Amino acid sequence: MTQAATIYPAARRIWGLMYRHIALYRRSWPRLLELAYWPTLQMCIWGFTASFFAARIGSFGATTIGLLLGGVLLWEVALRSQMGVAISFLEEIWSRNLGHVFVSPLRPWELVAALFGMSILRMTVGVLPAVLLAWALYAFNLFSLGLVLIPFALNLIVMGWWVSLGVVSLILRHGAGAEALAWSVLFGLTPFSAVFYPVAVLPPVVQPIALALPSAHVFEGMRQTMAQGVVAWDHMAWAVGLNLVWMAAAALLFARQFRVARERGALLSIGE
Amino acid sequence: MDVITVSALSKRYGDTLAVDAISFAVPAGATVGLLGGNGAGKTTTIAMLLGLLIPSAGDIRVLGHDMARDRFAALARMNFSSPYVALPQRLTVAENLRVYGHLYNVRHTSRRIAELADELDLNDLLDRPAGQLSAGQKTRVALAKSLINRPDVLLLDEPTASLDPDTGDLVRSWLERYRAESGCTILLASHNMAEVERLCDQVLMLKKGRIVDRGSPAELLDRYDRDDLEEVFLDIARGRTKETA
Repeated sequence: MTQAATIYPAARRIWGLMYRHIALYRRSWPRLLELAYWPTLQMCIWGFTASFFAARIGSFGATTIGLLLGGVLLWEVALRSQMGVAISFLEEIWSRNLGHVFVSPLRPWELVAALFGMSILRMTVGVLPAVLLAWALYAFNLFSLGLVLIPFALNLIVMGWWVSLGVVSLILRHGAGAEALAWSVLFGLTPFSAVFYPVAVLPPVVQPIALALPSAHVFEGMRQTMAQGVVAWDHMAWAVGLNLVWMAAAALLFARQFRVARERGALLSIGE
Repeated sequence: MDVITVSALSKRYGDTLAVDAISFAVPAGATVGLLGGNGAGKTTTIAMLLGLLIPSAGDIRVLGHDMARDRFAALARMNFSSPYVALPQRLTVAENLRVYGHLYNVRHTSRRIAELADELDLNDLLDRPAGQLSAGQKTRVALAKSLINRPDVLLLDEPTASLDPDTGDLVRSWLERYRAESGCTILLASHNMAEVERLCDQVLMLKKGRIVDRGSPAELLDRYDRDDLEEVFLDIARGRTKETA
């Protein structure tokens, strides 16, 4: 079989599953609204808070606003990416459609690719209004970070993906009872991710946990770029390396739990 | 030539043996019924045939492919319908069929959807959300989904469950016609004895995960000296022999 003959059907299957979710959003404005609701709300709350404090600390204020809003926006990239995967998978469970999906020729890795694709779409639709709001209300332009914004964002997207693969694995193992993790698990990593403060602020015993997360390196790097105008390549390299390790671990966990689900018959009966 | 070959297939959940070393073969173009009470192992067997469930022991070959190693090659030429597995409710019928057209890599998906809509009388339903359809309409849509890729092997789990007699009869007539035209091989799990009697060339009687009898409907009626399969089913379910019945 030629490479094209293999790639085209795989691409179509991935698109087929993405189309299913896009069609769902087209017909459900509450779902569409929900995508942008939290990032926009976060931006308003943090933006006004930062403005309030900035007005009282003089010339340092603009930098403070930038650091806080940059943190809020980039952390939303990770959060929305993670939720994009986990909630798209949950949609299949809620619609009791998994049985049909898994008896089609869709490979597990194609399912994951489709969920990642939906995650990018959901993240873009969710975070873009908040980015525009930050620019309109607080004159904060996230894109002023320059091209380094791309690897920062990509690292956070990938982190959202491996966290969500862990969540999906738990859902395969424990059913939809584990669905609360789809919303909460990455929030739990916020204190360790050094989103709004440097890792050095954390207690020494916690710092190794923070440094094992790609997000902490991304935010350390973001602060260096914003404050000093230099790219912290060492943090970037750590973020990429850690993402590769964590993604490999999450992929192994997913493959294992998918097999366990097939052994237990959970793909047909997965629910509460 | 046998399209489905099942050898010593078992499925164990802890201490429960849901399917116990069953073996059977389904020839090309045949319709074979899996008949048995609740918990007899029908759905478990179908789930294993579809690769949804990994067997505890035994082998399954479908269309020449070993389902343990090469299930995706077979799945592309198979399909499945069950009233217990839903389609996304908010998507329209056309969108649902388009999704599965992509998943099964169907060429000219729009044309195929139009053909199925004509054949299964779905034209008025194509733009309606699947969740707003009646049980009979949902069954026809599920059937259309299961035929989107013109399968060589069709697995049906109680295809007419919860349908009124008229709709059930329409579905059965359509399945008869489809098989005659396409040569498709069908494995059908059902509680509906009249359906099995009408559609199936061979029947496998399951009880507690084992095949306790098999044969054509006529052979089974003759063997148990009964007038219809429902009586045969009751004989087997209640452990009655021809002598004690």
